[in-house]
Amino acid sequence: MSAMLSVAQPTSTWYLILSAVLFGIGIIGVMVRRNPLIMFMCIELMLNAVNLSFVALSSQIANINGQVAVFFVLVVAAAEVVVGLGIIVSIMRRRTTVTVDDMSGLKG
Amino acid sequence: MELFVFVVAAAMVLAGAVGVVTRSNPVHAAMSLVLTLFGIAVMFVAHNAHFLAAVQVIVYAGAIVVLFLFVIMLLGVDKAEDLSVEPITNQRPLAAIIGVGISAIVIAAIISSRAGLGASGQGVNQTTVDSPDANIRQLARVIFSDNVFAFEITSVLLLVAVIGTVVMARKTKSVGTGK
Amino acid sequence: MLNLVWLIPALPLAGFLLIFLFGRILGEPRAGILATLMTASSFVVVVGVYLDLLSRTAEERHHVVTLFSWLPVGSLHVDMALLADPLSITMALFITGIGTLIHLYAIGYMHGDPKFSKFFLYLNLFVFSMLMLVLGENLLVTFLGWEGVGACSYFLISFWHTRDSAATAGKKAFVTNRVGDWGMMVAMFLAFSSVGTLSYAGINAAATGGKIAAVTATGIAMMLFVGACGKSAQLPLYIWLPDAMEGPTPVSALIHAATMVTSGVFLLTRMSPVLHASYPWLGDVIATVGALTALFAATIAVAQTDIKKVLAYSTVSQLGFMFLAIGSGAYVAAIFHMVTHAFFKALLFLGSGSVIHGMHHEQDMRKMGALRKLMPITGFTFIIGWLAIAGIPPFAGFWSKDEILLAAFANNRLLWLIGVVTALLTAYYMTRQVIMVFFGEARWHDHAEENGAHGDHTPHESPWTMVAPLVVLAGLSIAGGVLQLPFSHSTKFLEHWLEPVIGHSEVSIAGSWADSNKWLLLVVAVLIAVGGVVASIAVYAKGKFKIIEPKILADAWRYDSAVSAIVGGPGRAAFNGVAAFDAKVVDGAVNGIGTEVRAASGLLRKIQSGLVRSYAFVIGLGAVVLLAWFLLRGIL
Repeated sequence: MSAMLSVAQPTSTWYLILSAVLFGIGIIGVMVRRNPLIMFMCIELMLNAVNLSFVALSSQIANINGQVAVFFVLVVAAAEVVVGLGIIVSIMRRRTTVTVDDMSGLKG
Repeated sequence: MELFVFVVAAAMVLAGAVGVVTRSNPVHAAMSLVLTLFGIAVMFVAHNAHFLAAVQVIVYAGAIVVLFLFVIMLLGVDKAEDLSVEPITNQRPLAAIIGVGISAIVIAAIISSRAGLGASGQGVNQTTVDSPDANIRQLARVIFSDNVFAFEITSVLLLVAVIGTVVMARKTKSVGTGK
Repeated sequence: MLNLVWLIPALPLAGFLLIFLFGRILGEPRAGILATLMTASSFVVVVGVYLDLLSRTAEERHHVVTLFSWLPVGSLHVDMALLADPLSITMALFITGIGTLIHLYAIGYMHGDPKFSKFFLYLNLFVFSMLMLVLGENLLVTFLGWEGVGACSYFLISFWHTRDSAATAGKKAFVTNRVGDWGMMVAMFLAFSSVGTLSYAGINAAATGGKIAAVTATGIAMMLFVGACGKSAQLPLYIWLPDAMEGPTPVSALIHAATMVTSGVFLLTRMSPVLHASYPWLGDVIATVGALTALFAATIAVAQTDIKKVLAYSTVSQLGFMFLAIGSGAYVAAIFHMVTHAFFKALLFLGSGSVIHGMHHEQDMRKMGALRKLMPITGFTFIIGWLAIAGIPPFAGFWSKDEILLAAFANNRLLWLIGVVTALLTAYYMTRQVIMVFFGEARWHDHAEENGAHGDHTPHESPWTMVAPLVVLAGLSIAGGVLQLPFSHSTKFLEHWLEPVIGHSEVSIAGSWADSNKWLLLVVAVLIAVGGVVASIAVYAKGKFKIIEPKILADAWRYDSAVSAIVGGPGRAAFNGVAAFDAKVVDGAVNGIGTEVRAASGLLRKIQSGLVRSYAFVIGLGAVVLLAWFLLRGIL
């Protein structure tokens, strides 16, 4: 049993594959959902996918800089969410609709 | 044990992600996001990134998701979105192709280059009973020495974001519709 | 002291800026006093620099002050640099000296004008530009001043721009000067492409060292001469100067008699080594143009009735003399005549301004007469100016004109003959003017009413600010000749002084027939001048002969109207043709391209759907394709 468990140790590859899948789900979400808030959440999913791969590879190649990168990604994500939600709030004040498809005033 | 942790955490992550994409009510989607973020935090712990795990919970689950919920409540957009219709032609099949395509290509790249990666856990300090904050100390040393300039710049970035948001979201007397 | 050369143009510039900022607060007369003080202190600095130069040996009289690097573009490197050498300081001396006197005069002349401070603003800007022109160390700095004086000339000619004729005269001067500016720019291009520098030192050294081919040197000099013709009102570009008399009289005195119009002469003198390196026929061309202009303008001046128009044509004529000197290689004589001309012509213009002032803005000489007793100082100084320009010894104009005629005789006797006839005419028309204005019977009683003169109709003497400059200039007109006396080699002060600058190019007449018989020629010149004066007195004062003033001369040989007819008739038709070509072919091509691009963009803009999620798809597609390409190339 313990031999079986040791064989089935999750390696970095597993984490990286999970990260890729998570990123794909995030992309699909951005393209499918029409609520701007949920599109933002999907972007957060993609950011987390990247963070996960950073941390996995950081311990894989034994380099702390991967975790430093995650730290900065967290900061940027926080800033991005704050600004994005500010934009959404100011847009939503003027129009009652909630889908991004209605915000197509900048079409050619 | 590690396998067990991985399986549970991966299940949390994937279930949460699928929930974000598929739940029609924004509040439910936000809750699903929390699930994903916790799963990721668990995986961080599994990689001995204790500091990041804590930040992940505090900043993401504690601040960002709460911010999402605030906005949802503030704007009163917690109505369920009708996911049965898709105004843009072929958007869903195309989305599936792109999403699956990116995942597939990245997975293919990971598997083909798997052999090129070295063994795990050599240069990153492990947390032990003797030094419970080894990881934090190591991280802090790198951030405040090599990356100190970038670190200071992020403080400016956050300040700009805060001020910008205040300016944007403020109700102007002349322009606002006075809802 | 030499390092303070930058102060010379900086002081008038400071005056300009101060009046620009505080002109309205200063008002009359403080703005005028400030401007006068600035020019006067600039004069003091020039004197200091002059004394410093004088204390050095001839070889050391060349000092460059580089203020900053102006245009460091590739191989074109132009410094904002000022050059203090005998030529530039000579120019600066009389520019600031006469400029100060004219500023002082203008305080009285412009009294009561609503744009009093603006007048001094332009006047100070002009002095600054003129100083940059003469002090520039390279052609580009000179060109800066060249354009600056052109702009100021335009502002000041049309100073009373509500008068239609003044506005038109300003435009005419501006447009005509453009032709000359074109010549100067082409000369700069040629100089840079052949020598690789714009600095006078570099160009002149190359010309002296034979590094410029004769054909290139001729091209440069030719184009410079075209520029000089525009600025210095030579045939065929002289037409703007008579009309420029629409400006206030101090402007006519400063810009259109003493300083700006002589900048063409200055430029050719500055570049004299290039002229020297040119084909010999170029000198003949310049001398011929100068002589013909002198004669042409003198004949016109004979029949003019406007007091300032006579002086304007006289200025054109005297400038022709200077070009005659330059073409004959007598640069010293040209500069000498420039200086003395600045003295007596400024005096005459200021005197005429004083008359106009006293006559309540009447300029027609037929309505003057017998002003000698009413305006004693003006009359007396004007008579001195008249004697100086007529060439009566020992006044200043006699010496300088004689110097030019001597050089012309050595060069080409036909041109000398033209010069002598011009000198005769000069004495004749100037005597005519003096008699019409200051002698004879008073003709102004009948016209006082129609002039709108109010209160006291009697002409009156001008205030001291206007009279004092007249007295000083009269003194200079008497004594100006001592700069260069032909008695012996040692009395030729100006020649020794300018030796380091133009000694190489100056054509020596020593040993020629003209030189050995110069006293004979001198006597001829005196006889000619006296003859002109006597003839004029006989005609206008004694009435012994019938007055000959043909209409065609009063109309300036109809040259002006011919130019108007050509430009207005066939010229306008040609311009219309060009305009039609521009509208149909050039604009058509441009608009055609515009239409095509618009049609193509009409198709392309459909891609911009405005749907964020479609854009997300395109981004994702790009990522997939990029990743696939990496994977296939084996990079991942």
